[in-house]
Amino acid sequence: MIETADVVIVGAGIVGACCAHLLQREGLRVLVVESGVIAGGATGSGMGHIVVMDDNPPEYALTLYSQQLWNRLLPELPAPVEYDACGTIWVAADEEEMRGVHSKFASYTMRGVRADILDSRQIAEAEPALREGLAGGLLVRDDSVIYAPCAASWFLQGASVRRARAVSVAAEGVRLDDGSMLACGAVVCAAGAKTAELFPQLDVRPRKGHLAITDRYPGFARHQLVELGYLKSAHGHTTESVAFNVQPRRTGQVLIGSSRQYGVDSTSIDRPLLRRMLQRAIEYMPRLATLSILRTWTGFRPSTPDNMPAIGLSPAHANVWFATGHEGLGITTSLGTAHLLVDLMAHRTPRIDASPFAPERLWRDA
Amino acid sequence: MPEKFLIRINGTGFQAARGMTVAAAVLMAGVACFRRSVSGEPRAPLCGMGICMECRVTIDGVPHSRACQTLCAPGMEIRTDA
Ligand SMILES: Cc1cc2nc3c(=O)[nH]c(=O)nc-3n(C[C@H](O)[C@H](O)[C@H](O)COP(=O)(O)OP(=O)(O)OC[C@H]3O[C@@H](n4cnc5c(N)ncnc54)[C@H](O)[C@@H]3O)c2cc1C
Ligand code: FES
Repeated sequence: MIETADVVIVGAGIVGACCAHLLQREGLRVLVVESGVIAGGATGSGMGHIVVMDDNPPEYALTLYSQQLWNRLLPELPAPVEYDACGTIWVAADEEEMRGVHSKFASYTMRGVRADILDSRQIAEAEPALREGLAGGLLVRDDSVIYAPCAASWFLQGASVRRARAVSVAAEGVRLDDGSMLACGAVVCAAGAKTAELFPQLDVRPRKGHLAITDRYPGFARHQLVELGYLKSAHGHTTESVAFNVQPRRTGQVLIGSSRQYGVDSTSIDRPLLRRMLQRAIEYMPRLATLSILRTWTGFRPSTPDNMPAIGLSPAHANVWFATGHEGLGITTSLGTAHLLVDLMAHRTPRIDASPFAPERLWRDA
Repeated sequence: MPEKFLIRINGTGFQAARGMTVAAAVLMAGVACFRRSVSGEPRAPLCGMGICMECRVTIDGVPHSRACQTLCAPGMEIRTDA
């Protein structure tokens, strides 16, 4: 028997889940295909920081649009999503980084993003566990933290999810590894870091990250704390980098990140890199060294050469759409992505310019 | 170290003996709940050999210390969850 749906979505991470939610709201019959468990990819192994990033105009537009959508939605989400409106503090180590704080402040406030400059004393009061003598920081109030797997499950409520691997996509539909065919009007590829297994032409590569989580120490950290130099790690293309990025969880646990690594497919812990990552965190928060870590793990960000996602119609297919390549921002940008994609599919004008995300730019001959 | 000495468990004095673990002292003091799980359930020692982490208490201000792996010492301050 051939199953049919209006839209088949490949991938039940946060991006596929948001797309399913919104496409269903349009009255379409949606079928989600997932080879593993719901949110078992990057969505289940990341940090869940909802953050506005202003380092290039399209990313700024997409993260801000997404953050505003989240803030409207989050009070409705169930308790297990662990929504915490804790805000972000970008930490400046020295006067040079403090100049970065001032330019970030200007760029945020220009677009109505609520931000406050903290001096050396104010940052110490806001986060007593940070090391002494930091130059200051930038508090961005409307950023928040969620537990993304539960958000993904919530978005998928009422959706049909088929546990199978999509092996190919053709004009008539999606072929699964059990040999069956799903006939559909359109396909959305939200396969994250595994996108290239289905579409080798689209330049999306896995970029490995390490995280560690501590036992419960309520109040140890109060905001998501990120070093101002984080962007160097995120947007640089060196094979290996670490940055200070610490997140308080609702439970009192402290989530410690993060590393970035290209060209590795093993999920196992790289001990020297993990040590560098933890050492970096301890440089900023010396007392972290006394907390006990419960678990360390790794995940794969779906990365692209220009650090921007692919959202839109495939350049080579009439009915295949991409929503992938969200690198380290996919929890944040999933919601904006789904709104953009659904508007494009419905021939409506999206609220923000979709052209910088057009998949063509990542298309190459496989 | 003296044979017998005083420690404090949740603020109350308790006469401990040399070689006694914190887990033993807390149980002898009649405290049944060592800590609360994330969902608020009471927890107490299970394995007694440092593996299960169920016996964690705050010892001299250090949270998540394993009661079964720590020997009592004079003047020690122990806090359990309520
Ligand atoms: C260490 C780390 C920290 C991060 N921190 C943050 C953060 O703080 N904030 C933030 O916004 N983002 C963060 N991210 C990024 C974020 O997690 C990802 O961008 C996001 O989860 C991507 O979602 P996705 O749905 O595209 O991919 P995934 O969650 O990977 O989902 C893709 C799904 O598709 C399935 N799939 C793939 N191929 C097939 C197939 N052929 N057939 C069937 N199913 C298939 C996979 O099994 C998977 O479940 C972090 C990532 C990492 C690794
Ligand atoms: S009782 Fe198991 S670790 Fe102490």
